[in-house]
Amino acid sequence: MIINLINYLRDRWQTVTYCGYGLIALILVWSLTVDTSHAHTWAEMKIPGFWGLFGLGSCTVIILIAKWFGGSGIQTREDYYDK
Amino acid sequence: MTSSFFHPALIMIIGAILLPLVRGPFRKPFLFLIPALTLLNVVYLSFNPGTYGVVQFMDWQLTFGRVDSLSMVFAFIMALMAVIGTIYGMHVEDEWQHVAAWFYVAGSLGVIYSGDYLVLFLFWEMMAFASTFLIWFNQEEGSTAAGFRYILVHTFGGVVLLLGFVLRYQATGDLSFSQMDVDNPQLYTWLIMIGLMLNAAVPPLHSWLPDAYSKATIAGSVFMCAFTTKTAVYTLARSCAGFDVLIVLGVIMTIYGIIYALMENDVRRLLGWEIVSQVGYMVAGVGIGTALAINGTAAHAFAHILYKGLLFMAAGAVIHATGKSKFTELGGLYKKMPVTLIFLLIGSLSVSAFPFLSGFVSKSIIISAAFESHILWAAFLLTVVSAGTFLVAGLRLPWLLFFGESRCSEETMEKACDPPWNMQLAMTIAGFLCILIGSYTPFLYNMLPNPELVYHPYTSYHLSETLQILALTGLGFFWLRKYIQARDTISLDLDWFYRKGGQGFLWLSKNPLQWFDTAWGKAYRVVGLSSLMTTSKFWSWFDWHAIDGIVDGIARCVLAMGRRISLVLQRGQIQQTIYYTLSFAAVLLISYVWF
Repeated sequence: MIINLINYLRDRWQTVTYCGYGLIALILVWSLTVDTSHAHTWAEMKIPGFWGLFGLGSCTVIILIAKWFGGSGIQTREDYYDK
Repeated sequence: MTSSFFHPALIMIIGAILLPLVRGPFRKPFLFLIPALTLLNVVYLSFNPGTYGVVQFMDWQLTFGRVDSLSMVFAFIMALMAVIGTIYGMHVEDEWQHVAAWFYVAGSLGVIYSGDYLVLFLFWEMMAFASTFLIWFNQEEGSTAAGFRYILVHTFGGVVLLLGFVLRYQATGDLSFSQMDVDNPQLYTWLIMIGLMLNAAVPPLHSWLPDAYSKATIAGSVFMCAFTTKTAVYTLARSCAGFDVLIVLGVIMTIYGIIYALMENDVRRLLGWEIVSQVGYMVAGVGIGTALAINGTAAHAFAHILYKGLLFMAAGAVIHATGKSKFTELGGLYKKMPVTLIFLLIGSLSVSAFPFLSGFVSKSIIISAAFESHILWAAFLLTVVSAGTFLVAGLRLPWLLFFGESRCSEETMEKACDPPWNMQLAMTIAGFLCILIGSYTPFLYNMLPNPELVYHPYTSYHLSETLQILALTGLGFFWLRKYIQARDTISLDLDWFYRKGGQGFLWLSKNPLQWFDTAWGKAYRVVGLSSLMTTSKFWSWFDWHAIDGIVDGIARCVLAMGRRISLVLQRGQIQQTIYYTLSFAAVLLISYVWF
């Protein structure tokens, strides 16, 4: 059943992608209606979709740092310690 | 000692000693019985807090059973994990793996209930040595060396801890294991903290963790992912709460672990780096040190043991079936291992703090504590890492193992299948608890060290915050996923220093030192040995001709004199002989009297 469901979704990848975008939009729209008066900082109260931007920024920064860090020589061949 | 106290660690130790004798159909029930009895004992003690097992040993009072609100929650999750881990490894025929695992659990429980540093140290070392065998029992290439690295690093940590509490005893005369003075730290304070931090894998003392956990046996790594680091978190929470340096180190840990996890190609090393990252939250929580933060630390340790155990169990199921652990040799496994996929998803979404799963109700306590203590930089960075956690464990891990393109060989895909019943049962228990903790918060919150504190994770603001972060992190992954694909590389880390240092020492031994030894041997043979032989020959000649000549000459002389005397004096006439004898005696007597 699980295999069939995954295969079904993979066959309709484009639709799944659009649904994903739709879900993200829905979450962001809902966040505008949520009471932010108890938020910890000014930015959270004033910037709409603050945590969404924060999440996207964090994810991008982490990926780019990992990419740069790995490329700087930290990622090396698997038999490095054997030879 | 009260009669009602029987140390839970003792049940595990007795069980471990008896286990090799229990064979055949009794083996599996026994494997379930001992951890279950231990769990029941821990639960019983939770209802009877107090100080038990106080023993006088020489000048010291040892405390084996300090049962209070902090030790209860940690002991409970450790005993629970012992049950789950043993069920997971029930198919393992080699009894010594179970023996090592049980001694390891006993060490953890012993540390948690200990009230002084001597007892703590005893069980601390028991943990280190028992867990090393879980690495050595793996037949995989490189496990023996990884085990030696692990035990050497932990021995170093143990010695630093020993040095710390001995110096403390010398200075204060106190061996009790309790909160250290934050305002007036001494050298011993830092030494004790370093010793404890090594087991919590706090950078720069962290490299042993991914190294060892990726080389342990499949069932062994399920135990290891739970006990060492979280026991160390308990000891830090007990003794180092409120030390600001731990906030800094904890946040560094979370970031460091997540960056390395993103670069990793081995499934269990990725999970190991993820442990470093998640334990960073707990260390930061200890550093914040408020009642809420300590609650968060305990809650996150509890939740973490279950979802990380679940992830290690799912990864172990993949390795068990395929024999492969590298992402470059796996992928697309959903077709063959759908049940494992479900369990892995429960674990990975729990660690990503999805609503209604365990990470959501535990991680947020620590971040809230940072916000409430106005440590905004830490709170925001920990939130950055929670996005990174979803990226690594919630997206990259299932993508590389199950959903993305298959990089499996035909043989690997052929072998892939869901694991045996006992492994599935263990994963079911852990998965169920992940959902229970996330959906029914009193289960966990009532166990926390400060249950009077009220914390509500299910506010619309917190839900909105979490969903936004998760959704947009998912989007970022979708766009940038080509940068974090599987590559057949390893990532250099601080273990480079001791691994290369060890190789350097080996080179030094093999080359310059060996050369010197050979040259010395040759020189000794040429110069020393021949001169010694010449000298010996001379003394042999001297002995033969000079010493023996003198001795033999004296002997011959005496013999000749004797003959001459006997010719003159002993002619066979008794009167003459008596005459000579009496004359000689008279001369002697007169001489004696005269002088």
